[in-house]
Amino acid sequence: MRRLMSGNAALGEAAVLSGCTHYFGYPITPQNELTEYMARRMPGAGGVFIQSESEIAAINMVLGASVAGARSMTSSSGPGMSLKQEGISYLVADELPAVIVNMMRGGPGMGNISAAQSDYFQATRGGGHGDYRTVVLAPGSVQELTEVVPLAFDLADKYRNPVIILGDGMLGQMMEPVDFDGLVRPPDYDKSWALTGARGRPAQAIYSLIFDTKLQEEHNWKLQRKFRLIEQNEVRYETYLADDAEMIVVAYGIGARVAKGAIKRLRQEDLKVGMIRPITLWPFPTKALQEMAKTVSDFFVFEMSAGQMVEDVRLALEGKGHIHFYGRPGGVIPMPVELYRIISRHYYQAHAGGKRKKP
Amino acid sequence: MKTVYARPKLLKEAHFHYCPGCGHGIINRLLMEVIEEMDLQGDAICVAPAGCGMLLYNYFEIDVVEAAHGRGAAVATGIKRVRPQNLVFSYQGDGDLAAIGTAEGFHAANRGENITVIFVNNGVYGMTGGQMAPTTLLDQVTTTTPTGRDAGLAGHPVRICEVFSVLDGTSYLERVAVNKPAAVVKARKAITKAFQRQIDGAGFSLVEILSPCPVNWKMGPLEACQWIDEVMVKQFPLGVFKEVPC
Repeated sequence: MRRLMSGNAALGEAAVLSGCTHYFGYPITPQNELTEYMARRMPGAGGVFIQSESEIAAINMVLGASVAGARSMTSSSGPGMSLKQEGISYLVADELPAVIVNMMRGGPGMGNISAAQSDYFQATRGGGHGDYRTVVLAPGSVQELTEVVPLAFDLADKYRNPVIILGDGMLGQMMEPVDFDGLVRPPDYDKSWALTGARGRPAQAIYSLIFDTKLQEEHNWKLQRKFRLIEQNEVRYETYLADDAEMIVVAYGIGARVAKGAIKRLRQEDLKVGMIRPITLWPFPTKALQEMAKTVSDFFVFEMSAGQMVEDVRLALEGKGHIHFYGRPGGVIPMPVELYRIISRHYYQAHAGGKRKKP
Repeated sequence: MKTVYARPKLLKEAHFHYCPGCGHGIINRLLMEVIEEMDLQGDAICVAPAGCGMLLYNYFEIDVVEAAHGRGAAVATGIKRVRPQNLVFSYQGDGDLAAIGTAEGFHAANRGENITVIFVNNGVYGMTGGQMAPTTLLDQVTTTTPTGRDAGLAGHPVRICEVFSVLDGTSYLERVAVNKPAAVVKARKAITKAFQRQIDGAGFSLVEILSPCPVNWKMGPLEACQWIDEVMVKQFPLGVFKEVPC
């Protein structure tokens, strides 16, 4: 049954249906509807909701719940995500599953409460201290949350690593029709590592303090092997009108929705522009871009930031494509027509003087 | 021959890393004695801190998770909310609970989380080499108060039991010491009572333990134990600060 729901509320419902039993959060706009939804929904679902005293406390409650074997989640926006980074680093080090939602807003500092994509670096580079990665999922619609949320809980349990859902203020607060009919609760994984009390088994411990540098190095390599496995197996992306495209737009989340509108207009004028929309920002769809670069010469990166994902596009293409960039930082959400004008200018300039050469 | 005392079975046969004369070893042993006596080995989950107590999992034959500095009460909250039938306690030092983790401890107490905090107050940051703690006494010399703690510059020693006693969520708060045999017996009783109250579902309990740190106090072990009685208890009086009937 289709229902009209905000992205934040739909995310909460999808989490409950995915087996999330413990939610801990602190109010911050533009994700409050999620916290409020969980406050209403969790008690009836047999789960636990706690409004924590801070984002730091929330992420550490998540860590505790995860230590005890539960599927747990917290959510926030930019400033609160900065506070959670300490806990995320510990979750990775302790190899604990958790799902963390960031409905991005304009920054830096207090910034504003409009939609932005300015926390890409923070999400995809680890964000906290130490040498680590988190899986980052970037849904583009309210309906897609019903796919991304169970996937987040599944990947978190499967790899015993925190997963970030990177949305933005617009995705969180806009209402769209959504149904949960296709949502399948992720399977339960073996959690014999969880702390339940040493009953019928030896005592066990979960910690990240490893004084012996050689052992700490081995723990790091173990994490890195896991990250390589995730890179091999978990890349997800979507393409749009890419087959005959001469210019590929690279955009994610709500930015990709704006870009799609622009591409529709461009196609009406027979400009061969398509799109690749990374759904996993880490692992980044590097190979897909490299494949495209065999036939496409120009890549146009659009982000609602001053340019962060564009660095991953550069790294992926390794010079094998012309890279164009347009960004609007600070919480500005451009209209498709604005992006249409910019892309078309770049397209005509790229194709002036006949067939475009590869760099 | 009659055995009058033996190492508790739950205390692993490991060498403590604690300095000579340190109180942590006594407190570690007391905790394992009490858990053994109450037959809670299969239920207990300990949240270890950052600081001198961070290697508890090397000594305790119970489940242990290590929390980030100051976050013990929040981690314990998460565990307890998943497993309310387990005995969940955090072990925290003065820097951990009374400085960097005050918010987490205060609000866990205020929510009346049914957990126990074992709060080790030795008046200094031991592991990092003897810097000022929130509980350092006025005029006490530490590496970051080289001329003694000056209230105008560094504030006053924080009294956690007194502060927490005004929170409606707290159920049992007692300050004890481990500087002499009679005090150790009282500390043991306080820990037992705190754990029993958690089992009875009474809510948040905390046992503050004044503990000697001779190395960072620049004293001999005996002198350090005497200093607790002669100086430290004036700022941190011993006793029960709250005991809500349950």
